[in-house]
Amino acid sequence: MIDALLMGLNGLIVGLTNLTLPNVIMISAGCGLLYLGIKKDYEPLLLVPIGFGAILVNIPLAGMMEPEGFLRYFYDAGVLTEIFPCLIFIGIGAMTDFGPLLENPRILLLGAAGQFGIFLTLLLALMLGFSYLDSVAIGVIGACDGPTAIYVTSKYAPHLLGAVSVAAYSYMSLVPLIQPPIMRLLTSDRERKIVMKYEGKKVSKTLKIVFPIAATIVTCLIAPKGTPLMGMIMLGNLLRESGVVSRLTKSAENEIANVVTLLLGLTIGATMEGSAFLKGQTLLVLGLGFLAICLDTVTGVLFGKLMCFLSRGKVNPLIGAAGISAYPMAARVVQVEARKYNKHNHLLMHAIGANTGGQIGSVMTAAIMLSVLKGMGLG
Amino acid sequence: MTVIGMGGTLLSIWLLSLVIDLLRRIFPFRESENKE
Repeated sequence: MIDALLMGLNGLIVGLTNLTLPNVIMISAGCGLLYLGIKKDYEPLLLVPIGFGAILVNIPLAGMMEPEGFLRYFYDAGVLTEIFPCLIFIGIGAMTDFGPLLENPRILLLGAAGQFGIFLTLLLALMLGFSYLDSVAIGVIGACDGPTAIYVTSKYAPHLLGAVSVAAYSYMSLVPLIQPPIMRLLTSDRERKIVMKYEGKKVSKTLKIVFPIAATIVTCLIAPKGTPLMGMIMLGNLLRESGVVSRLTKSAENEIANVVTLLLGLTIGATMEGSAFLKGQTLLVLGLGFLAICLDTVTGVLFGKLMCFLSRGKVNPLIGAAGISAYPMAARVVQVEARKYNKHNHLLMHAIGANTGGQIGSVMTAAIMLSVLKGMGLG
Repeated sequence: MTVIGMGGTLLSIWLLSLVIDLLRRIFPFRESENKE
């Protein structure tokens, strides 16, 4: 009788007795992410489910990510198959207005320059001994584009998925802190004060409808392996601009995006199991990811300076910092920074153009890397 | 890979900007369209 009681009691404390130090650390990290999301408002839509997922997966014996675990089903069905990032892209496309970019197509080049940090980080990761595919996944953190980073990593380096996605989303939320010092360091006082007038050129509705179709055909023919990403973002945008499927547009930017964000966040958090996550390699990935975003800002601003030189001082180099995918955060950072030096300088619309260019640029970069890897026989 | 990647990204984005430029010429903004 007493034995049975003791065994019953043992069943109640077995979770506690199986708790390891890595579990405790990761539960604390999960709470930290929840704090950042709830209290500091840093990307709460993602950090809250990621943080909670990290707590759930570190509860001993809960088996959330075991072969028949609750979160394993979502992970296998949505992340490993790359369906979640693609669905999120439909929502992003439906929320994005490419109008400012269509007004001034040359600004799109800033969206390409803002991705060069990815390749520099890739080189650095290779030098540090990471494999080719791991290095690609680490470099993509610099895209400042969560779904793209998840798509590439789940394809080529699923063992790094937790570290890469946490880095991508955390750094994305820290863009307002990371970018301004780099922007100030690389530009002169005179350059920061350059006024760019916004002419507000009007764009025809037909152009807005034709753009996502043309962009899909052109970019996917160049880098076919990126078709799921580019195709979905442009499909979302076509739904928005066509104006004939408002129900689908609303679903894409609300229901689909919200449900997938929740499930994606939870499953990403669930990859943060203590014994697998707490490695020296994870710290390296986080460090390299930070460097990638810094280098993206550097190359973006330097390209902005080149455009400033070529245009004989008509382009404010600060807008180069918006050539990343963190939309519209990076554009707002440029606006705030420019107004510190000239209260009458409104760079927002130019920066929004560069920022939407950054969204296309990040997807294009990933697509090109996937296609090149395929060409090298690695994909 | 780095060279092809950076060059390829810049080249394809430049090509896309040319396509946008071309589309702007084919489908210019008209006031009448705005009224619709």
